[in-house]
Amino acid sequence: MLKTLLSSRLAVLLLLAVVIALVPVLAPSSFYLRVAALVWVFALAALGLTILMGYAGQVSLGHAGFLGIGAYAVAIGPARLGLDPLLSLVLGAVLCGLVAYVVGKPILRLKGYYLAIATLGFGLIVALVLTSEGAITGGPDGMQVPRMTVLGWRVSGIQTWYWITGGALLIGALLALNIQASPSGRAFRALHDSEIAAAGVGVDVASKKLAAFVISGVYAGVAGSLLALMNGFITPEAAGFMHSIELVAMVIIGGLGSVVGTVVGAAFLVVLPQALTMLHEYEQAVLGLLIMAFMILLPAGIVPSLRRLVLERVR
Amino acid sequence: MTILAVEDLGITFGGLRAVDGVSFQVSLGEVFSIIGPNGAGKTTLFNLVTGIYRPGRGTIRLAGEDVTHLAPHLLVRRGMARTFQNLQIFFRMTAVENVMVGHHLSERTSLLADMLAWPTVARQNRRTRTRAMELLERVGLAHHAETVAGELPYGVLKRLEIARALAVDPKVLLLDEPAAGCNAVETEAIDRLIVRIAESGVAVVLIEHDMKLVMKISDRVLVLAHGRRLAEGPPREVRNDPAVIAAYLGEHGAREADRAHG
Repeated sequence: MLKTLLSSRLAVLLLLAVVIALVPVLAPSSFYLRVAALVWVFALAALGLTILMGYAGQVSLGHAGFLGIGAYAVAIGPARLGLDPLLSLVLGAVLCGLVAYVVGKPILRLKGYYLAIATLGFGLIVALVLTSEGAITGGPDGMQVPRMTVLGWRVSGIQTWYWITGGALLIGALLALNIQASPSGRAFRALHDSEIAAAGVGVDVASKKLAAFVISGVYAGVAGSLLALMNGFITPEAAGFMHSIELVAMVIIGGLGSVVGTVVGAAFLVVLPQALTMLHEYEQAVLGLLIMAFMILLPAGIVPSLRRLVLERVR
Repeated sequence: MTILAVEDLGITFGGLRAVDGVSFQVSLGEVFSIIGPNGAGKTTLFNLVTGIYRPGRGTIRLAGEDVTHLAPHLLVRRGMARTFQNLQIFFRMTAVENVMVGHHLSERTSLLADMLAWPTVARQNRRTRTRAMELLERVGLAHHAETVAGELPYGVLKRLEIARALAVDPKVLLLDEPAAGCNAVETEAIDRLIVRIAESGVAVVLIEHDMKLVMKISDRVLVLAHGRRLAEGPPREVRNDPAVIAAYLGEHGAREADRAHG
């Protein structure tokens, strides 16, 4: 009974919705709202990795590349090409999907460490292009992101962006949960455990990996667009290596393959550095120690480990 | 009716002729066993037939069509299914989900529909689950349906693999040591299961070390040694073949022979 409740789609979505609704009530300052909105954005990007890594078992150390492409799409589209920001967001997502397809096709043949390094290379290239094409991207100093207007309404203010990012996360979570329980999701999870057996029952392993990679690229791209629009400013650092690693860390610390875990992992890595700033120069060291402690104490990730503990107690 | 016809199949690994010009034919409803000492090339032969290795020479025909260089997932579409010597189970999925993956090819949904949880997806899921449950029932594992496969014992997983392979509705089923590591009771259950599968019109190709099982349920036996065919025929004939006794039964000593005659 408890087990079914913990794993039902509706319960997960309700839980997320309640948390998103409660934050503004419990912490009604614009600082907290901004931090929470960042959590939702990074959780959305990390959800893509949950599908890629958690479901399909393929690693990517370059996913901030997609974050960067999505972010610069909503900056370059309106500023340089005169496109509508919302349209730019959609085009950015499409572009991420296309890039993921083209990049993924050759490199997803690689496995494990080799795939990790190939995706790392992809992320580095995106960051490099964004830094060096100064005439279009503003170079290392970054560029302004024009404010978004939808039907004459100027979208601004952290309140507004809090709800937009929260809503986007809910939609992203819904889609990720839908995939998990579908034929496609079963094929993803199957090739995660045994590619040879998955192919042995007719799963087209290469195309399924590619599908997971494309979906995850689009997730990160949309998250990047939202991040840029919310901040009103973007630098190539968004596509940087550290962000790629953070996204992977979120997925693993929260619990590989768990949607709730991904949000918890994102909260962990976005909120903790903020909370630890009072430690000044020890901030990074303490953060590192906390990450190590959590992985040692909850090796399956925060959410799956706690879930197991609860279920064992009930039993 | 001949469904699988292998002709002059061969592959070389670094100078070693792992499979060297092997030919055989299997008919629907037949249990065809491949035996031979360790390293004789049995599993390599399976990997060639199921498209995991590319043969250096020879042809494989399935239902009359040349399928020699088809990828594994495409061979499945044409009715070839297999199990693995070292278990290849989806350990993080439940038993019923494992079999549901086996139904993958008959599922008519798209990625987009899956993401949006279109009503057709729910219907498809229900239909697949029902069919998977029937197969679990058939191999006697219905009571384990909702258990995560990683928590199930070895003998049970062997049968789960067979159920998953049956889910693709195969014409040819290749079983690589289905009874390995199983106790007498489990072996008995698998023995009955294989006979029933063959009776349902499937061509069963079996690799097995349990001679008692092989001799009891096989219609024909192919004996391999050093990648070559040593003998082929009904179990009784093969068992008394002097070349087989010398190369296989003899080399393996009295223990194997006893089991063969027991």
